[in-house]
Amino acid sequence: MTELTIYEKSVSGRVGVVMPATDVPLSELPEDLLRSALDLPEVSELQAVRHFVNLSTKNHAIDKGFYPLGSCTMKYNPKINEDVARLPGFAHLHPLTDDSASQGALGLMHTLQEWLAEIAGFTGSSLVPAAGAQGELAGILMIRAYHQSRNDTKRTKILVPNSAHGTNPATVSMAGLQVVELPSDENGDVNLEAVRAACDDTVAGMMVTMPSTLGVFDTHIVEVINAVHACGGLMYMDGANMNALLGIVKPGELGFDVMHYNLHKTFSTPHGGGGPGCGAVGVNNKLVPFLPGPIVVIQEKPARKGEPPLYALEMPPQSIGRLKAFHGNFGMHVRAYAYIRTYGGTGLREVSRHAVLNANYVRSRLRDTYHMPYDRICAHEFVMEGHFEGVDSVHALDISKRLMDYGIHPPTNYFPLIVPEALLIEPTETEDKDTLDNFIEVMLTIAKEAKENPTLLTEAPHVTPVARLDEVRAAKQLVLCCRPLPQWALDQAGD
Amino acid sequence: MSYIPHTDVERQQMLAAIGVTTIEDLFEAVPSRYRFPKLDLPDGASEMEVAAELQSFAEANDHAGDFALFRGAGAYHHYIPSAVNHILLRGEFYTAYTPYQPEMSQGTLQAIFEYQTMIAQLTGMDGANASHYDGATSLAEAVIVGLEASRHARKKIVLSYGIHPHYRAVVRTYHQWAGLDIVGDDADHSAEDFANLIDEDTAMVAVATPDYFGRMADFRELAKRVHAAGALLVIVTNPMALALFKSPGEMGADIVVGEGQPLGIPLSYGGPYVGFFATKMGLMRRISGRIVGETLDKNGVKAYVMTLRPREQDIRRERATSNICTNQGLMALAATVYLSLMGKNGMKRAAELCYHKAHYAAAQIDHLNSYTVDQSQPFFHEFVIQCPVPVAQINAALYEAGIIGGIDLGADYPALKNHMLLCVTEMNSKDEIDTLVSILNEVSEKAGVTA
Repeated sequence: MTELTIYEKSVSGRVGVVMPATDVPLSELPEDLLRSALDLPEVSELQAVRHFVNLSTKNHAIDKGFYPLGSCTMKYNPKINEDVARLPGFAHLHPLTDDSASQGALGLMHTLQEWLAEIAGFTGSSLVPAAGAQGELAGILMIRAYHQSRNDTKRTKILVPNSAHGTNPATVSMAGLQVVELPSDENGDVNLEAVRAACDDTVAGMMVTMPSTLGVFDTHIVEVINAVHACGGLMYMDGANMNALLGIVKPGELGFDVMHYNLHKTFSTPHGGGGPGCGAVGVNNKLVPFLPGPIVVIQEKPARKGEPPLYALEMPPQSIGRLKAFHGNFGMHVRAYAYIRTYGGTGLREVSRHAVLNANYVRSRLRDTYHMPYDRICAHEFVMEGHFEGVDSVHALDISKRLMDYGIHPPTNYFPLIVPEALLIEPTETEDKDTLDNFIEVMLTIAKEAKENPTLLTEAPHVTPVARLDEVRAAKQLVLCCRPLPQWALDQAGD
Repeated sequence: MSYIPHTDVERQQMLAAIGVTTIEDLFEAVPSRYRFPKLDLPDGASEMEVAAELQSFAEANDHAGDFALFRGAGAYHHYIPSAVNHILLRGEFYTAYTPYQPEMSQGTLQAIFEYQTMIAQLTGMDGANASHYDGATSLAEAVIVGLEASRHARKKIVLSYGIHPHYRAVVRTYHQWAGLDIVGDDADHSAEDFANLIDEDTAMVAVATPDYFGRMADFRELAKRVHAAGALLVIVTNPMALALFKSPGEMGADIVVGEGQPLGIPLSYGGPYVGFFATKMGLMRRISGRIVGETLDKNGVKAYVMTLRPREQDIRRERATSNICTNQGLMALAATVYLSLMGKNGMKRAAELCYHKAHYAAAQIDHLNSYTVDQSQPFFHEFVIQCPVPVAQINAALYEAGIIGGIDLGADYPALKNHMLLCVTEMNSKDEIDTLVSILNEVSEKAGVTA
């Protein structure tokens, strides 16, 4: 059942990869700086390969089965993207190569900057942020810098709907601003009256996820944007749900001032078991000077038509600064470029059209069995409640765990926080009707099981590599390593 | 080209089930005047065309596959065993999400647990988190821990001049509104002058070994001064150097951060990389980022799960100390596979190769009359040389010979005009080093510089 750790497979003296002999004379090593011991595994190459292949089989993944994890956009990650990101001209390119010697990388990044801006209706973008959360931080820092640059120093509040991802309020705090939480109305939209009441000259801006985390297009988003703009605030769009908007609506045209894109959601770069991602940001003219840098600019227009221009890296004049070393997760830029190039403008609209079609199809077929708190046409995802009248023992978590027995990854649980027993379901456009039909049948079966034999759910999962875990024990005993720290380190650890 | 599987018949069946006629009907909530804008993008292309286009971008770059690379400065060209990439390309790893559902994610969770162990062992610390975006953001997140430790009563952060300039810039970006006094990196202070900057308002002191200039130091004395003042010591380090040299844990560091890219991750023009973050047990509950712990399932089987979750943004929201959500999961996996394949002996051997080749190069350059190598402190695989002519001129000559030379330090450090930062790893052959040295000599001779 349990795979031994790589340390438990280690045998002293065993060697995996052999490094070559040195071809230069040896130099003296500084004795007083040498370490006394190093506890790393000693395994053969085959042992290592087998170990990690065996571990991989204990994961669920898109390549293996359906993954309707709401707000995460678990769409197919095309294989060609992996190949092109590994081309030697990209993989072995040093980040501090002179601009003149990295024109291919810069040209690709510049084009991607322009495409992302076009897709969302903005005038500028930066590819630097490493993840959505870092894109949010960039956005709020830009909003703050914008107000400061106008000596408008009273603005310390950011409005955040109560349906927001946790990263939104956490970002606001990190940027040193205060969160004002706003309620949602009975349709799942932001409560417009509450927005209007909160708007005054202390508001720096508002963060909105569109479509909302409840999976609905906010029907009065334009009024919300106008209200915030009228009081002098700026609008931030959390682009986590951009997979519903490609060629459907441009956030910049609606009036948003800044948003982040999740290249690892909308533009198919793989999630990698929790990163790496890319949280590029797009902005309108107001915020272009504040973009995190460096960004790629055209330094010299081409001398002749058909020739490429000369690209260069540049820090925007009033940039909020660097968010990471070098210029962002370039490997993700390559993959996203390949993805957008594959679909083209009309193709991208098909992506969103089918993402929304798939979600509505599943929603329509489950709405008689599961309670839908917002029973309306949805965007690319929808939320339903994971409990049944008269079966108190069964919760959303139990439905999720039971889904595993059918080889399906659970939807997002208990988010958004404002829906009790929430199950947030996002099929994505790359799933075929047969897969959706199977999921629907399984969900209907589980609903039946909940009433007839609830312990099937509450004891689930039954066929996964491990059963439900004792999470309290993990936090209490806090075993975070295969091995305790060796005594030599404890002895020598200074004080 | 498209990855959408629907047929016309299926689309009609699905629309009928929904109770609408066309897909457009699903978008009525979007204000009509903004609905369905044109996207001014190129037309879609076949896989073959996309591959060719990307190939032409890639070929327009001068990279370490075609050039001898003597450039490091935070990103290092090391040999990556073939097996690393084969494991990364397992769809079960790279097309999985964050392991929120542990029963279906034991592969990712155990790999992170092993990663945490290896990072703890290398750094000499009690534990590590599942990683940050890169070395620079690891340092910025460490500053948060420093501030939290004094409940924000202390506002001074002392950074050394030897920390990578990008890392110091990121600390300033993250904390630009926190009202901090960030000092110490204005000049290359002596150890004593640097230690004298520490006072009772100091939350955290951060230093590097090897530092941006390649220099190594023992910070045991500094650790005593930092702790006496009630502050925390962060040491920024290079994991390749740790295979050979004293760990920051042995020196008394409270937090150790750095860039994990040297551990089996390609240069990839600056990312994705992986920021490691290790700490003493006493701070473990205060740090940000994902942490994986060991536990049992309900049948008593050993298993792994993300733990100390209540620290995180999705639960704590505006009271979370950081907004970090993802780690760099796949890159942490790359480091874990790399360290497993290299093992204790392979890592030591690779570090020794770096050390000996760099020192051979430094000795050869120092023999040239018109160049001086800074040997005031021990160094690992990077070192600074003072050149007789502008660095740009030397790099242009090297480029002609198929060599990418070192960093021109004058750009970031005005005091270091005509100084070059060179890096030598196991990837540089003796022939390459000898060619580098002979061209350095030619350039100075051509310029008519004599000692």
